[in-house]
Amino acid sequence: MLAQTDAATMDVSENSDDIILSVNNVEVVFNEVILVLRGLNLKAKRGNITALLGTNGAGKSTSLKAITNLLAMEDGEVTRGSIEYEGEDATHLGPETLVRKGIFLVMEGRGILQDMTVTENLRLGAYSRSNANIKAEIEQIYSYFPRLKERTGLAGYLSGGEQQMLAIGRAMMAKPKLILMDEPSMGLSPLLVKEVFSIIQRLNKELGISILLVEQNAKMALKIADEAYIMENGKIVLDGTAKELMENEDVKEFYLGGGGERRSFKNLKSFKRRKRWL
Amino acid sequence: MNSELLLQLLLNGIIVGMLYGVVAMCFVLIYKSTQVVNFAQGEFLVLGGWVCLSLVIQMGLPFFLAFLFTLVFMAIFGIVVQQIILRPLIGEPIISVIMVTIGLSIFMQSLMNWVFGNDAKRFPDIFGSLSVISIGGLNVETAYVMSLVLSLVIMAVFYFFFRFTRHGLAMRATAFNQQIAQSLGISVKQTFAMAWAISALVSGVAGVVMGIVSAVSNSLAFVGIKVFPAVIVGGLDSIVGAVVGGLIIGVLENLAEFIDGEYLHIGNLYTIAPFYVLIIILMIKPYGLFGTKDIERI
Ligand SMILES: Nc1ncnc2c1ncn2[C@@H]1O[C@H](COP(=O)(O)OP(=O)(O)OP(=O)(O)O)[C@@H](O)[C@H]1O
Ligand SMILES: [Mg+2]
Repeated sequence: MLAQTDAATMDVSENSDDIILSVNNVEVVFNEVILVLRGLNLKAKRGNITALLGTNGAGKSTSLKAITNLLAMEDGEVTRGSIEYEGEDATHLGPETLVRKGIFLVMEGRGILQDMTVTENLRLGAYSRSNANIKAEIEQIYSYFPRLKERTGLAGYLSGGEQQMLAIGRAMMAKPKLILMDEPSMGLSPLLVKEVFSIIQRLNKELGISILLVEQNAKMALKIADEAYIMENGKIVLDGTAKELMENEDVKEFYLGGGGERRSFKNLKSFKRRKRWL
Repeated sequence: MNSELLLQLLLNGIIVGMLYGVVAMCFVLIYKSTQVVNFAQGEFLVLGGWVCLSLVIQMGLPFFLAFLFTLVFMAIFGIVVQQIILRPLIGEPIISVIMVTIGLSIFMQSLMNWVFGNDAKRFPDIFGSLSVISIGGLNVETAYVMSLVLSLVIMAVFYFFFRFTRHGLAMRATAFNQQIAQSLGISVKQTFAMAWAISALVSGVAGVVMGIVSAVSNSLAFVGIKVFPAVIVGGLDSIVGAVVGGLIIGVLENLAEFIDGEYLHIGNLYTIAPFYVLIIILMIKPYGLFGTKDIERI
């Protein structure tokens, strides 16, 4: 099955028009010494939902910040490899430029501006678009999230679920081509998780936005994703279509609640290390 | 008790206090958006006054042209200071940044002393600013009324800017969390430059107004020091607090002058009264009246 996966990836790389984002062998170092990403490789197809899964500390958030060039603020740096967006090198483009070109990150913990109102948060979503018709577009967002319209106070007082809706609505205001989502299910009740995931699906299907979805909730993520990557210790250890991964014994055992104590992927018998690309 | 004098001084206090409030807002703006404590805010004010005055007196420009030019000059000056002096210090400990702004303050003092001289100079009486109008039986100089109106206008513009404009919202976002702001496509560098530009420009306006109300002199930089109690009373990071703090200090000063003049006869009580109040308020509310709790103590 893993061999099949490799073949699938090969096919994809030949047709580069379909690839909206390609992360090639990226290494990230914090404070000039802490190596966090150790040669990350992944591709997101245009129009698809790509899931990036992994346990705590695997480097998922760091990957998303590397793609959106937000590491400088944390004293982090891409020291090797390249990031291509729509076929062009985007490794060293500033965050403003990337947002303008259509990559938008919904940060872990939602990144809501707590001391501003819901409307102000939404307005800032469209910051990078000078031609935005703010009023009409905000109404459009409210039609997706009717509950937000009633909240007139500060965004900091919204519930976790509402804040997640706001974060997604704000991303929609940017009219991006690719949304990176960092653990949208974090801290939400199962019912809300379902709601958020169905909204992500709608963004993908109705608005045609490509999505790179980082999740710990592998079960839910694999359900809506087309392709998925599993990350451990700063690199990808397994990838394939969501279907393949859902049926993979190791994934089942390790991520989908098959029981047993937590082990590293490397120790699993049936796991074969993928060939490094380099 | 001389109640007419008291009322007169209270009115003065409010008018001057509003101007303090404006300068305090400029100070808070820089602190909030760039985490820099600007000890040179008073010198910014004096510089604005001197530039406008020189253009009027030396170059013979009409006042409004000179004023416009001063606005542009101050905005550019603010950006230059930010880019050349403070940008390299991003990420350095706050104490280094403070030392640098104190240095800047001393440097500007000496430079202005050298270029513009030591004496106080008056604006020509363009607005008939010495004439007196009567408000509810109290006599107020036109210049004071203008100053009050201008302070109110500046505050309204600040409110509108931060509430409704794209750049204003972006500045608030940056003040809240720089990484979140960046993730929305806001350029933090541009926001920093804008904060310094606005702050220098508005301080410059305050300098021109003070120059018209009294005279331009290097000692006006003392306003920059007076603004400290105002800002700290209001809470270092609250713009509304800055205005309220400015008002409190302005009124207190005049109240102290009244009490001193009528009863105590110590002399000069008014200059130090605000600092006593500062100490008392900080003992009761260490984060100021409006401040948030996790701000830097210096
Ligand atoms: N600014 C930083 N400085 C130093 N180390 C960091 C920094 N940010 C992250 N790390 C380290 O990098 C590793 C990966 O962190 P990251 O936040 O990317 O993990 P994650 O996969 O998103 O985990 P989680 O699921 O818990 O969010 C962790 O070991 C973390 O300690
Ligand atoms: Mg994370």
